[in-house]
Amino acid sequence: MNALRPILIATALLAGFASVGTGIVALVHHTTAPRIAENERQTLLARLHEVLPPAAYDNALEEDHLVLRAPGLGGTEPVTVYRARYQGEPVAAIFSVPAPDGYGGPIRLLIGIDTDGRITGVRVLTHSETPGLGDAIEVQRSDWIEAFTGRSLNDPPPQRWRVRRDGGEFEQFTGATITPRAVVRAVYQTLVYFDTHREKLFTAPAASPRNGI
Amino acid sequence: MNTTPSYRTIAGDGLWSNNLGLVQLLGLCPLLAVSGTAINGLGLGLATLLVLLGANLCVSLIRHWIRPEIRIPVFVLIIASFVTAVELLMSAYFHQLFLILGIFIPLIVTNCGILGRAEAFASKQPPLPAAADALAVGGGFLLVLVVLGGLRELLAQGTLFSQAHLMFGDWGRGLSVTLLEDYRGYLLAALPPGAFIASACYWL
Repeated sequence: MNALRPILIATALLAGFASVGTGIVALVHHTTAPRIAENERQTLLARLHEVLPPAAYDNALEEDHLVLRAPGLGGTEPVTVYRARYQGEPVAAIFSVPAPDGYGGPIRLLIGIDTDGRITGVRVLTHSETPGLGDAIEVQRSDWIEAFTGRSLNDPPPQRWRVRRDGGEFEQFTGATITPRAVVRAVYQTLVYFDTHREKLFTAPAASPRNGI
Repeated sequence: MNTTPSYRTIAGDGLWSNNLGLVQLLGLCPLLAVSGTAINGLGLGLATLLVLLGANLCVSLIRHWIRPEIRIPVFVLIIASFVTAVELLMSAYFHQLFLILGIFIPLIVTNCGILGRAEAFASKQPPLPAAADALAVGGGFLLVLVVLGGLRELLAQGTLFSQAHLMFGDWGRGLSVTLLEDYRGYLLAALPPGAFIASACYWL
């Protein structure tokens, strides 16, 4: 019994410290959780507003969303779609879709498409392309990504939905063709998907709330 | 029981002669990864300083109750609690900066410099010197992060304290200075090898 005593004391001490530590973390979490959730909502909205102006819709954009798994769109990763409505009528859909074949891994894009099938804007959310070469897809570094705004499935015609080097309409960058090629392909595939699923996209029931894009 | 060193010695050791980043070479993972800009360095440096201060104080307050055989788990537990709290607070009040620093805030747990101070100093000293030690060591680490970050930012973009508004709100924009107009940029400095090269110059 005497041999057990120090072990028991050590265990009790450790358990005591663990509960105090957990308690402190729980308390901080409890007090900061609403603020963090609000921050995340604002961050999400700020990003969505880059591809669709806030005046264009009046619903709770960040809540009215779907999570899709569609072959041919985004590779194996899930795709989130935010649905913008004005007085109940569909206005636009914003896709958060990965371009799976980037040079340094998937490039996550945010693509806004209005109900006429025209692109309202494209932005890069995350990527791991080479700094200085492939990162010109970021709007802070060049206005390349703006070339998509106003385009649609037939503007340019399907065979021209490529980078220049492949006989298409869109510029590539010096030293980086793979990156813009991946982005152009993902934007095109999203347009195709939107065109074929337009009706269902706006009538399907919204997914349960979540955070992040 | 060790004798308590004077505050002057504590400050000198922490800030310079035993500096975490320059002399002991501890915590290099965040040091190299986050020092891309001066503001990133400042953010992570402050977070580390806060954790170090909290951990040192706590460890020092409970130093008579900890049994030697469980001291390391208890220290780790204390540090982890503080890191999680700091992470949550940062996410709540400096959300943009939090998004940039990302994984490196939880990684403060693995900064062996903090565990080292708890074990080597705070577990043997009263709270006040322990707090002073935390301020000195954390301050030293903060300085290294900011200077290295500033150096790399200057080389890579020709600016200093860009994005300061992420941390200080709108008036922080006034802090940003562009030192080299029309600077084409020296990309290598912003990439990971730049961190190694810049810090190698430091250590020389």
